[in-house]
Amino acid sequence: MASMLRCCSASGCRSAGGEALQQALVEARSRAGAGDGAPVIKAVGCLRLCSRGPLVAVDGPAGSVLYGEVPSARAAELLEACAAPPRAAAARRALASHALDLRHPFFALQEPVVLETCGLIDPESIDDAMAHGAYSTLHRCQAELTPAQVREQVRLSGLRGRGGAGYPTGLKWDTVALQPPGPRWLVANADEGDPGAFMDRAVLEGDPHRLIEGMAIAAWAVGADQGLIYVRAEYPLAIARLRRALAEVQARGQLGSLRLRVRVGAGAYVCGEETALLASIQGRRGNPRPRPPYPAQLGLWGAPTLINNVETLAAIPAILRRGAADYAALGTAGSRGTKVFSLSGAVRHTGLVEVPMGTSLRTIVVTMGGGVPGGEGADGGVKAVQTGGPSGGCIPAALLDTPVDYEGLRALGSMMGSGGMVVIDQATGMLELARYFMRFSVAESCGKCVPCRAGTVQLLQLLDRFCDQRASPADLAQLHDLCAMVKATSLCGLGQCAPNPVLSTLRHFHQEVVSALAVAPGGAP
Amino acid sequence: MVVPVRLSAAPKPLARPVLYSGFHPGAAMEQAKPSFPEASIPEHRHADALIEVLHQVQQQRGYLPAEALAQVARDLALPLSRVHGVATFYHLFALQPPTSHCCSVCLGTACFVKGAGVLVAALEQRLGLRFGARSPQRRDAEGSDGDAWSLREESCLGACAQAPVLRVDGQLVLGLPVSDPSRLAACFGALALPDRAAEAA
Ligand SMILES: Cc1cc2nc3c(=O)[nH]c(=O)nc-3n(C[C@H](O)[C@H](O)[C@H](O)COP(=O)(O)O)c2cc1C
Ligand code: SF4
Ligand code: FES
Ligand code: FES
Repeated sequence: MASMLRCCSASGCRSAGGEALQQALVEARSRAGAGDGAPVIKAVGCLRLCSRGPLVAVDGPAGSVLYGEVPSARAAELLEACAAPPRAAAARRALASHALDLRHPFFALQEPVVLETCGLIDPESIDDAMAHGAYSTLHRCQAELTPAQVREQVRLSGLRGRGGAGYPTGLKWDTVALQPPGPRWLVANADEGDPGAFMDRAVLEGDPHRLIEGMAIAAWAVGADQGLIYVRAEYPLAIARLRRALAEVQARGQLGSLRLRVRVGAGAYVCGEETALLASIQGRRGNPRPRPPYPAQLGLWGAPTLINNVETLAAIPAILRRGAADYAALGTAGSRGTKVFSLSGAVRHTGLVEVPMGTSLRTIVVTMGGGVPGGEGADGGVKAVQTGGPSGGCIPAALLDTPVDYEGLRALGSMMGSGGMVVIDQATGMLELARYFMRFSVAESCGKCVPCRAGTVQLLQLLDRFCDQRASPADLAQLHDLCAMVKATSLCGLGQCAPNPVLSTLRHFHQEVVSALAVAPGGAP
Repeated sequence: MVVPVRLSAAPKPLARPVLYSGFHPGAAMEQAKPSFPEASIPEHRHADALIEVLHQVQQQRGYLPAEALAQVARDLALPLSRVHGVATFYHLFALQPPTSHCCSVCLGTACFVKGAGVLVAALEQRLGLRFGARSPQRRDAEGSDGDAWSLREESCLGACAQAPVLRVDGQLVLGLPVSDPSRLAACFGALALPDRAAEAA
């Protein structure tokens, strides 16, 4: 195999100087006289440990090494490190302080399925993607299976929607496929609005052809001939790469009669909700509507519409290639397969981790993530882990052994959500954090229904009183009541889940809440 | 008897100021139009392209001027209230002209935990602006606002692993050293942020 330098070109590393480094490598190579044996320099997707960017993986006869935070000035040494062992050794020694240990649990415990080729292929080259197997599963499905058999495989794999709700994907596909004859639409939800989540971005920027292949298989299995990818406008690089990938794949005729296009959002969190997403695609305000009818029955332009999250669709090619049973062997009884998490916040190693469902929070946050920088003890200084974004909650350090799956997190009053995992250290007050999320919900409430529009504002005012130490016991009772009311009576998931961060704080950090009560009895001014 | 027919010239287009150019509802619709029989498509198909058209206008003009919104409404045969309703619903549509410089701080969860609050306070001081505010617009004869700044919040930019994150005139700046005021000030200096506090002193 030719030696190769894989440079992370995802937006994290780009902003950390990745582009300049790649440029420096190309220049150093031409200075060194690019012969036939010169290393290939390839832009690839996220290499996982984003906090140490810019990352470069060196593949040479002396093995593979991953380097982080490499200044452009060291480009020549990186090239040397690709050479045959005797020459490479000196360069590798010189670069030792930048080398990242691939045997560290952060890398070693990863189980790449969705991210299988992310970091290996050039996201801007369809040839490279196809050399790594892109579209071969699509063609095999179309040649060897019927749409019903494909749907059966997806059902048997146990895959559940990765967009948050965890609805069984196979069932949803059946619902769409079994609607009365007529046109059908397919929509990939790439709105990824949860703050602290960047899994979908990694797929879009690092391996767009996998999403497109997953969409093509889905479209074929449910009988859709039109599809849209709704991407949030905050991801310009993802949009550009996706557009390029679509143009290339359609020029090659790989998709047959299926037409896929990109739609760009305009900055509204609620548009991730499926009925709001449909409204937004059709040029309207992103107001959710009551369900049923579900989009699977009545969606875009009145046609049955399959809406799936990016990660859900990106898992499809791997599931059909490996077989449903093989995929279902990963994970837990209720939550099969793997899940990509974006690990961030007060943790040493931040980036993307893909692990089997059911992996404990402790393994992800402490073993892989390394705990809080400078943190001590078995919990690594972790105070809590926030999952599920504004719809989820905080899990205290005492419960770090919880297996991460849909039911496990829900039982603790949190949510899987889309996969954002933010580590909280002792410096962050839980009430402040709850208030932070409530502010988010106030700002993002679409205003259609009163419990959410007015209730979140009331909740925010109550939380202000707690954060300013002027809350009374009556405020605490009202906080409970209001949470229950907003949860029970809001129209869509945003309002229904907005109280979750507060409820999980009340449940797991009660002491902090009580000590925030005003000292004087009835302390209200 | 045959009546001679005089061909009239093509109808003259209505004179109308050019508020934005290169607007193609057709092209935008090309993106939106389903290929299946017309019967299943609602009558106001162009209306579906509204968000795309607003993106186009904002790209050209930098924001959505009132006259342009009115023209979009005419072109798409939509009530102005509908166009306005959409333009105000989405956070990324701006109804005011942008300042020539903009500094925005990510207020996503990871950035919040990693000290976005400290960053905001430091920027408020440095730029002499309240968070969410913009410096007063003093446009000169050429319509330039000199070096007016605005300080805004931004939703998660997906760079959470390198929090806290700042965006200055479109450029992402990652991992700001919020716990070290002097290094933070050096960063601001390297980004050429004006030091209003020092100027005032
Ligand atoms: C307020 C709100 C925001 C949401 N945001 C997203 C999102 O950003 N991305 C996503 O895939 N799903 C999001 N969802 C979930 C979608 O409504 C929908 O369930 C999902 O896209 C279905 O795909 P799945 O079955 O593959 O998960 C959101 C839901 C709610 C209530
Ligand atoms: S719950 Fe909130 S976001 Fe959902 S429809 Fe009601 S107001 Fe809109
Ligand atoms: S963005 Fe480069 S490693 Fe994640
Ligand atoms: S939280 Fe700031 S970039 Fe995601």
